[in-house]
Amino acid sequence: MLPEFVFDASEGAALSAYILKRLLTAIPVLFGLTIIVFLIMAMIPGDPATAILGSYATPENVAKLNQDLGLDKTLVEQYFIWVGNLLQGDLGRSYTLNRPVLDEVLERFSATLILAGTALLLCSVLGLIAGIISAVRQYGWADKMITLLVLVGISTPSFWLGLLMILFFAVKVRLFPASGMYAIYGGGDLPDLLHHLAMPAFTLSVVATGVIARLTRTAMLEVLRQDYIRTARAKGLSERKVIYKHAFKAALVSVVPVIGIQAGFVIGGAVYIETVFQWPGIGSMLVTAISTRDLLLVQGGVLIVAASYVLFNLMADVVQSLLDPRLR
Amino acid sequence: MTAVADSTVKTKSRSKSSRPGTIALLLNNTLAATGLALLVLVCLIALAAPILPLPDPDVTAPAQRLLPPLSPDHLLGTDHLGRDLLSRLVWGTRVSLAVGLSATFIAAFFGSLIGLVAGYAGGRVDNVLMRGIDMVMAFPYILLALAIVAVLGPGLLNALYAIALVNIPFFARNIRGVALGLARREFVDAARLSGKTPIQILFTEILPNVMPVIVVTMSTTVGWMILETAGLSFLGLGAQPPQADLGSMLGEGRKILFTAPHVSIVPGLMIFVLVMSINLFGDGIRDVLDPRLRAGSLTRPVARTAVTRDPGKPVPAPGAEDRLLDIRGMKTEFQIGSSIYKAVGGVDLHLKEGECLGVVGESGSGKSVTAMSVMGMVPTPPGRIVEGAAYLDGEDLFAASDQRIRDLRGGSVAYVFQDPLSTLHPLFSIGHQLVEAIQAHQSLTKSQAQERAVELLSLVRIPNPKDRLSAYPHELSGGMRQRVCIAMALANQTKVIIADEPTTALDVTVQSQILSLLNRLRRERNAAILFITHDFGVVSALCDRVAVMYAGRIVETGTTEEVLNSPQHPYTAKLIECVPVLGEPDRRLDAIEGRPPLVNNLPDGCAFADRCPRVQAACRTADIDLVMSTPERGVRCLFPLKEDTKI
Repeated sequence: MLPEFVFDASEGAALSAYILKRLLTAIPVLFGLTIIVFLIMAMIPGDPATAILGSYATPENVAKLNQDLGLDKTLVEQYFIWVGNLLQGDLGRSYTLNRPVLDEVLERFSATLILAGTALLLCSVLGLIAGIISAVRQYGWADKMITLLVLVGISTPSFWLGLLMILFFAVKVRLFPASGMYAIYGGGDLPDLLHHLAMPAFTLSVVATGVIARLTRTAMLEVLRQDYIRTARAKGLSERKVIYKHAFKAALVSVVPVIGIQAGFVIGGAVYIETVFQWPGIGSMLVTAISTRDLLLVQGGVLIVAASYVLFNLMADVVQSLLDPRLR
Repeated sequence: MTAVADSTVKTKSRSKSSRPGTIALLLNNTLAATGLALLVLVCLIALAAPILPLPDPDVTAPAQRLLPPLSPDHLLGTDHLGRDLLSRLVWGTRVSLAVGLSATFIAAFFGSLIGLVAGYAGGRVDNVLMRGIDMVMAFPYILLALAIVAVLGPGLLNALYAIALVNIPFFARNIRGVALGLARREFVDAARLSGKTPIQILFTEILPNVMPVIVVTMSTTVGWMILETAGLSFLGLGAQPPQADLGSMLGEGRKILFTAPHVSIVPGLMIFVLVMSINLFGDGIRDVLDPRLRAGSLTRPVARTAVTRDPGKPVPAPGAEDRLLDIRGMKTEFQIGSSIYKAVGGVDLHLKEGECLGVVGESGSGKSVTAMSVMGMVPTPPGRIVEGAAYLDGEDLFAASDQRIRDLRGGSVAYVFQDPLSTLHPLFSIGHQLVEAIQAHQSLTKSQAQERAVELLSLVRIPNPKDRLSAYPHELSGGMRQRVCIAMALANQTKVIIADEPTTALDVTVQSQILSLLNRLRRERNAAILFITHDFGVVSALCDRVAVMYAGRIVETGTTEEVLNSPQHPYTAKLIECVPVLGEPDRRLDAIEGRPPLVNNLPDGCAFADRCPRVQAACRTADIDLVMSTPERGVRCLFPLKEDTKI
């Protein structure tokens, strides 16, 4: 049995302690990511020096380049040199673009963040709303419509949906531009960005919206059967308060981590959307870099996206602990 | 409520044979059946590709390029090289299906293997394997596939490997969870003792049992894998020309999107149909296998119990004027599937101002449902009130408007429930919950309501009430939580407190504290209490009068003294015998033999007959009335016990 009063008066302190603890657990994960990324790149068959210099290179030149690239050292040594450089912001140089990988990656990543961030916001809001309506009107026509839409949404290939959107909204109705992030001539301000962002962000959010809506519906239905909902009703609270305050807050606790996981699918799915809408993000950069075998660029891109996913999940955890005092 | 759940389980196991089979249920589910039919159709066409009268998908005909759909000889038109789209679609579907299924099988094989080994071995092996899986899952799914393709180089086979690899964690996690549970089971121990090697055990004992999980995981991931391999091909990282799957067709068509949209729309549509049919079918399987969905227990209960009284039958009138709460002939039923559970079968109860009435019975006797029915707190579906009335100060509660009921709930009539941990909202501080209860019925500002909340907390003897306001339920002990619940019940001008086993979940010492608190409060505030319990010991400590319930009806009622000292119904006598008394260790404490009857299948005559030591033939013939000897004393028994009778 717990003592009669187990209570921590310094709630804020407990919360920041939790966030700090959670931040610390992210460090080994980030460290592990670098190992995996490094190993993937180290597993590449063939000799990078030959790949760079071409098949007519002399053996002396190849050996020289290998030495310059540090490829004559052991794998472990190479890893620590690589991580050391990484910590100093040196991700190498892209040979196709002839500029530092970090510069290119950061530039591209900010574009992806705008796209994926908007999509994530969109799918969270739409998914939660749809899920709540579905749960509140269970088995009603609104629920049936939403369930059907969700099913269609999660079954639709986003790259195909993007093409359909372009055909309709850019070609037929001429409401939104088909590609790019800013107008080529003029523009460059926020309205211009939003105008370009609308279609890709929506397309990117569709699948995640479906997943979140589904989960919200289940979570709401589960919560609405709990004893504390009965208590809320026994207190004489209005049905609106019971559903939108008591039930929703509890359901949100189980939906938030899923939104964190969906962040991974959204930034990953950005690869397709950026290709379809020619969005200058990290996804389209990766696809080009893979085709041109610019592996340092691939490495840098994969690393930054994976790291951002870890941070998204971290944020989801923090939001969850804000909602649920039991987790602090 | 638990009683209903219990009896549902019992009927289920009894009537197993009458339950429709899984396959029949699946086919009854229109959407799932549609999905299955579509899937089978697509698969058949893809399989039959070589024998179908289709032109060669790779033969180019520059003169015939970009023909629109419905052209002669080319039903779906042609692409930019003049190749027949229909033929390419069928062959492309074949490739996509083959790749998606192969990826699924590869992921299932390796993922299950990792899961089985980790789950069976446990300990260090489990730890190492699962940390590895966690690392893989720390990557966004598609990104990892891209990185793998980057290493292996673009190509359909490499895309297949990449997609299979990133799906391994889903299998490993699911299967590990099940295997972990199975590895500790007796039949595995038996196999180990019989001299089987770990590998034999893994494949002959555990694998067959995790097979359903593997199949379900496959059905949920195969759609994704088809979609993602198509995606990689779309990006130009999968199938390379002249080889074509649906994704690469879409990717190629994209280049001529504006001039010939059909070239990209058609293969995309095919991917959509394929994935959609798989998802429909998969959802159908999941729904059919989910027992909660089948029992309808995921249905959302509405705010108030449905009242379906027969308009042809007159509603019983209220009794004597001094009755604060007067329940007359109330019947509450639960409809589960096709059977109707008569949880409350016509109950009369009344409470005067400041009086405490104990309602006693075993679980399943209908006492809780009686308490919940009064303010419409029984969940609908499945519950509904079908007969009778409950009057509060002469007002028929079952005829009142929803708004009126909301005003009364927590106002004149307040509830205290059994388990204070689950009845308080875990995410709001107790201060917040108290303030909410106060503000629902009184127009006070937040700070006024907070002051009132502090008063209430000190009223229920919670020390440092001001500091407690910001505490969350999980930070308090069980006894403290129940005090908070009682404070909440007293938040407004409470006339009746309905306490549903408020001490059952608590320690014995805490129980007596809560009981004396309730007793003091009712005297101070002159509130009536309807006290639901299974424990006669509790009744004697608190109640003025007692009503004993069995199988949804009252079998005996009277003052606490009368009932305790000279029980007339054999059931009451048995219940009283169950109460332990300090200093009398030789007392028989055996529970009453047998079980209460199922309320969907009540016998004729006395419901207790099967368990009654004094049963006679007459007991089983006809319904027995509750015979009232005085306005407060009555028994439903043909052969009531006399003062000196021993049973």
